[in-house]
Amino acid sequence: MNEIVTNITLRKAQVSAEQLNFVKSHKKYHFTITLSRWIILFLFLFLWEISTDLKWIDGFFFSSPKRVFLCLYKLFVEQELFLHCGITLFETLISFFLVTFMSIFIATMLWYSQKMADILEPFLVILNSLPKSALAPLFIVWLGTGMKTIIVAGISVALFGSIISLYTGFKQIDKEEMKLIYTLQGTKKDVLTKVVIPGSVPLLLSSMKVNIGLALVGVVIGEFLSARRGLGYLIIYGSQVFQLDLVITSIIILCVIAMGLYLCIQYLEHYYKKL
Amino acid sequence: MEMLLRLKNIGYSYHSLKGEIPALKDVSFDVHNGEFLAIVGPSGCGKSTLLSIIARLINPESGTIFVENPDGLIHYPKIGYMLQHDHLFEWRNIFQNVSLGLELKHQLTPTNIAYVNQLLASYGLDEFKEKKPSELSGGMRQRAALIRTLAIKPDILLLDEPFSALDYQTRLSVSSDICNIIRKTGKTAILITHDLSEAISIADRIVVLSKRPGTVKCIIPIQLTVTEKTPMESRNAVEFRDYFNLLWKELES
Repeated sequence: MNEIVTNITLRKAQVSAEQLNFVKSHKKYHFTITLSRWIILFLFLFLWEISTDLKWIDGFFFSSPKRVFLCLYKLFVEQELFLHCGITLFETLISFFLVTFMSIFIATMLWYSQKMADILEPFLVILNSLPKSALAPLFIVWLGTGMKTIIVAGISVALFGSIISLYTGFKQIDKEEMKLIYTLQGTKKDVLTKVVIPGSVPLLLSSMKVNIGLALVGVVIGEFLSARRGLGYLIIYGSQVFQLDLVITSIIILCVIAMGLYLCIQYLEHYYKKL
Repeated sequence: MEMLLRLKNIGYSYHSLKGEIPALKDVSFDVHNGEFLAIVGPSGCGKSTLLSIIARLINPESGTIFVENPDGLIHYPKIGYMLQHDHLFEWRNIFQNVSLGLELKHQLTPTNIAYVNQLLASYGLDEFKEKKPSELSGGMRQRAALIRTLAIKPDILLLDEPFSALDYQTRLSVSSDICNIIRKTGKTAILITHDLSEAISIADRIVVLSKRPGTVKCIIPIQLTVTEKTPMESRNAVEFRDYFNLLWKELES
């Protein structure tokens, strides 16, 4: 123990030139990465704006950063911005939480019963590969044109893939770790709660990252078909009345929402790793 | 010496659609109370299967295990099982890891917690209680795994090549460390190993198993002229080399 302590203090006391160099080049690398990202973004916006201003492309069809900004401002003044964003965000979060809980529950059931998993496997694979947008018209007939349909559409896109990836992950738990629980006279339930679930947290987080994106996809598909509010509705409405500024603005807002949701989960992941 | 377990004609096969693979056949030997028994044999001879049967994780297809407890009561001795890897869970700190067995049996009583703390203190892991397993060295991790096994107060310790995952130098010191601890507690222990010197230096008796299907070839009692039977001392005993050659011949034949 003493040895370890002295080692650490030694390391702190004398920071070598090589170490300083390493830290410097590491910082430089990350600075370059961030800078390049901003440059690409601004270059794109600049070219977009210039090309519409100089009439290389038609601003009516392709919009421009200026038009997007004006459109955003108009939405904000008319107090529609937060309504539409809020609705889409709310629906996405509800689908996301339902997908997460349902897929954990079903994957656990499948893990519990090998027989059930073997029986259900082909059905899961088919449901997963089925294009879920094909189901949306059915949902409308069954559930009406309200929020229910949209949330179910969001769930349907993400659920099956999530079940399959969680179940596959659960199955990959080390056999010896399971044996350890049995040697300590634990039961299968103990294997689940003490090994499988805590050991699958990283997998769960990465599957959540995928799910939040897919839930958003499903919600927008649902809104295309059956909504009166929400960003998906704005896109469809905008294309029908030929207000392409509105379409592109909505798409950009969707980008921001998608990024925000992803960052939330990444933050969660970061927090878990620090724990 | 009193008998604790008597294995009689134990047999076990693994089944697959391609056919049956017999792993053990007519394995019979006694386990005495308080002894350190080693089981050696070529790889794939069913050593681990045998331990799993003794631990009652699987049932033998033929044969019986007779129990004779010192207290005269008929109950299966409590088993402590040490696996090849320590399998300390990274999402639990050391205390939570070593008390896992008690937690599973809902026996985290103040007395048992005090016992675990006492084990941690006497094996030098007291100040690492709150640490994550990754912060410990390989030797300390094996100690923690041993404490996890001892915490449930087993009557028999089963050691399934618990040192084979360590590098040679660590292996020597950890094996002597762990074995000294087990000797001091006076528990019955069964060690599986493919390392002959390890078996000779640690065990009181060595059971030699044949190639698959494993069956008992011979049982060799080890008598070394040493002042204290520690693994390090034992390696210096004059008889060490003879036992080694004897075991080697038995395994080769």
